[in-house]
Amino acid sequence: MKYILMLSGTKAEFDWYAKWSPQDYEAQTAFMHAFHEELKDSGVFVAAEGLAFPDQARVVRAGRDGEPIVTNGIVRGVKDGAPFVTDGVFPESKEFLAGYTIIDVESAEQAYKIAARLSAAPGPGGIPGNIPIEVRQVMSGPPGELP
Amino acid sequence: MDVPIERLLRELTPQALGTVVRRFRDFAAAEDAVQEAALAAAMQWPREGLPDNPRAWLTQVAFRRMADHIRSESARRRRESEVALEAAHTSEATAFETAPQEDDTLVLLFMCCHPALTPASAVALTLRAVGGLTTAEIAHAFLVPEATMAQRISRAKQSIKKSGIPFQLPTADERAQRLRAVLHVLYLIFNEGYTSSAGPDLRRDDLSHEAMRLTRIVHSLQPDDTEVAGLLALMLLTDARRLARTGPGGELIPLAQQDRALWDRRQIAEGVALISATLPKGSVGPYQLQAAIAAVHDEAARAEDTDWPQILALYDLLRRMSDNPMVMLNHAIAAAMAHGATKGLELLDALKTDARLADHHRLDAVRAHLLELAGDHKGAVRSYRAAAGKTGSLPERNYLLTQAARLSSEPRQINEQDS
Repeated sequence: MKYILMLSGTKAEFDWYAKWSPQDYEAQTAFMHAFHEELKDSGVFVAAEGLAFPDQARVVRAGRDGEPIVTNGIVRGVKDGAPFVTDGVFPESKEFLAGYTIIDVESAEQAYKIAARLSAAPGPGGIPGNIPIEVRQVMSGPPGELP
Repeated sequence: MDVPIERLLRELTPQALGTVVRRFRDFAAAEDAVQEAALAAAMQWPREGLPDNPRAWLTQVAFRRMADHIRSESARRRRESEVALEAAHTSEATAFETAPQEDDTLVLLFMCCHPALTPASAVALTLRAVGGLTTAEIAHAFLVPEATMAQRISRAKQSIKKSGIPFQLPTADERAQRLRAVLHVLYLIFNEGYTSSAGPDLRRDDLSHEAMRLTRIVHSLQPDDTEVAGLLALMLLTDARRLARTGPGGELIPLAQQDRALWDRRQIAEGVALISATLPKGSVGPYQLQAAIAAVHDEAARAEDTDWPQILALYDLLRRMSDNPMVMLNHAIAAAMAHGATKGLELLDALKTDARLADHHRLDAVRAHLLELAGDHKGAVRSYRAAAGKTGSLPERNYLLTQAARLSSEPRQINEQDS
């Protein structure tokens, strides 16, 4: 069974993260590297990616002719054939995906254990962050036919 | 690669591996040596033609690789391993004379499917060592990176090394139990052939076919074991319906609505003949009963011709034999089909307290189906949606949501003048 472990944050949290000390980044990078190496060693690693910061995020919708209409906020509706953006920018409360790890494990419990290790990644001052990790199953193909 | 050569290699590598492990006692190193020999064969044979005795050729090349491996190991440790080296030196001469041990493939299977390994490790190792698949092929089938699968296989080999499992047939006492473990791994590989695809339109038949090929080998080595025959029959009878099981968009089609013209008649005939010959031998086990049930389904010309009382009787036997909650659910369906939906729903109520089923989508899916049969469409919609939320399979979720939608929406009014 494959599970995705997702780490998200609001823009305020990304801003806070951008102000860590060099030692904090170093500790975090080392942790993430060791964490993923360990997943590879134990044969459960599928994929892991980090994403660009939220200020790089754009919302794309297809226009009437199929051309992309690119905005940097929440599209609220369509007026005279064109989408309009009420907020102008993403609302402060919106959570953005920062990165994810996909693992292939034997049970949900095993996925939770691995997620808990990721949650304890060091924050500023090397203190475990206790970061919330969203865990969701990655859907598989057709079910097996035998009971 | 040449298809006949590839097939030949897949058949010969486990035999060569058996011979090499038997001589050198180092499973991990032997496995690497045989893989290297197979690779050399795949390059050389299409160019230069098949050697007179391909198995001996493979074994001999693998022996040489083992000798190289032992020499470099010895040099590294500055310590000559006289015994091993001697084995390496004498092996080339005796390779041709060494009669192939029929049991080697079976011993390999016992080793790869050892209960000390996790199911995922046993599956990976079996496909590699006995199935002769490359790590890349196995990784592809399970949709994980090759490095991850390589690591899984290597860890499995390490566990075998650490646990000191000897390369020999288990004792008579252990044998039946160990064979059950082998059959379970083959069963998992077969079922994985259905589940491992991520996209609905992507078919992963290879694993199911590989499971059937390996089960055939075990059946040829243990022709008198009725459960081995039962598992092979079950696979044949289940796989025969494969083409009818999904629609053009990858959507699931339940048994009752399948186009039975798409069922593989030859495979059904083989499965029916096998299970019919096996059942009278006595010592009936769960795989034989499941095969018998599959045979009853496969022999019905139309869904409404299905002999449900017969299926119910078989599930009655099966549930007394195995403590599998999925069997209980199927038993409830059979009871509903034979004696009415109310009877089936009563049986389901009794299963509510089973902790293994409490959060399982199949309980909701079966309840939905039976409620629909009973005419309670509102209740059925609720259960279909509950099941949809719990399943981990995308095509199954789509199927369950479609059932809910079909029952909850009023038939659409079509005004012909509009069209």
